[in-house]
Amino acid sequence: MENVEQKFQDSVNAEIKIEPRNWMPEAYRKTLIRQISQHAHSEIVGMLPEGAWITRAPSLKRKAILLAKVQDEAGHGLYLYSAAETLGQSREQMINDLHSGKAKYSSIFNYPTKSWADIGAIGWLVDGAAILNQVMLCRTSYGPYARAMVRICKEESFHQRQGFDILLTLANGTPEQKIMCQDAINRWWWPSLMMFGPKDSESSNSDQSMKWKIKRKSNDELRQNFVDMCVQQVKVLGMNLPDPDLKWNEAKQQHDWGEIDWNEFWQVVKGNGPCNKERLEARRNAWDNGAWVREAAAAHAQKQKDKQKQQAA
Amino acid sequence: MKINFLKKYYYGDIPEDKAGGNNTEHQGSNNDWPLWEVFIRSKQGLDHKHVGSLHAADAAMAIENARDVYTRRAEGVSLWVVESKHIHASDAQEADSLYEPAMDKIYRHPTFYELPDEVGHM
Repeated sequence: MENVEQKFQDSVNAEIKIEPRNWMPEAYRKTLIRQISQHAHSEIVGMLPEGAWITRAPSLKRKAILLAKVQDEAGHGLYLYSAAETLGQSREQMINDLHSGKAKYSSIFNYPTKSWADIGAIGWLVDGAAILNQVMLCRTSYGPYARAMVRICKEESFHQRQGFDILLTLANGTPEQKIMCQDAINRWWWPSLMMFGPKDSESSNSDQSMKWKIKRKSNDELRQNFVDMCVQQVKVLGMNLPDPDLKWNEAKQQHDWGEIDWNEFWQVVKGNGPCNKERLEARRNAWDNGAWVREAAAAHAQKQKDKQKQQAA
Repeated sequence: MKINFLKKYYYGDIPEDKAGGNNTEHQGSNNDWPLWEVFIRSKQGLDHKHVGSLHAADAAMAIENARDVYTRRAEGVSLWVVESKHIHASDAQEADSLYEPAMDKIYRHPTFYELPDEVGHM
């Protein structure tokens, strides 16, 4: 048994991807199911805050773009669900776990989208943070997950650019639009930093995930990359990041920033964020209201099958 | 020592009762639509390539869903969908012995033969 486990680790170390039918430690399988299904749920729940603005987009162009983006998120969720299914988890089980609250999704989607500028901030900051994570995951050790991530990353950069484009337009607009833009950045900045998860010193899963090469960068490393990147980009917008402690550290050649409100982070994770209940309710309703479609399609497929059988007989 | 080279396995080596949809006909506790594997020909002249999977009630719906899920950016000109339960795969654990015979027949490769330069390109 030890031998098999060593062989597995050797493959991982040699950068040989693990495929569904290869032997893998049970904990590796479980970690991946948890991580990939969480990731999938995040894409699906992530459609909700943006979906709220499809009918209120300021122009036909913006509306068409937002529709395409939300459709992409649905697609990303589906790529990921199917990657998780190769590990032996059924789709129905994953959906049930989401609806029962057992499975988590990214807490960022428990914040409300109060203005049109929030759609821009989500694209720039939230998708920007997600991309850093996802680019790393393109090289994850599990083949189906890595392939899904490659496909997702190809599509994701459009998401970030359209978000920045929305903010840039507002930043060059009327005084009211500028205020709207800054307000959205103020509200989304800290939750975006939280997206990378707890500090390395407090994260229990990171070490094993790194050894298995599921992850290749720690939460803090990714968060640092994100901050350094955003400091540059916010200058183009002529806006500010809402952190008085944010400054360049000459010795580190990186930025330092203020303390994240970890109490808020854990509160939202545990279900007490501004929109947790609303989001889960929307998902459950969508599932329940779609039941007749699923049943009708299954009945139709069965009928066609029976017909074929009769013709063959 | 196991000698069965090829076994009947479902895609992903998922036991049948957990395969997520393969049991729809039985109306068991699992109500997922069947799982389908999707293959795309990216352009005329190239092979169809596996890109992932999805759930659909029947083949027509699988094709339509595959278009929406896997070809939103003109990724292909042709789609195949195959119900996952119809895919049989070789045993990953037996890969070494299964493919080993290919490795020791180096004379199958043109580089095995050293010919005089005068022969030119051959």
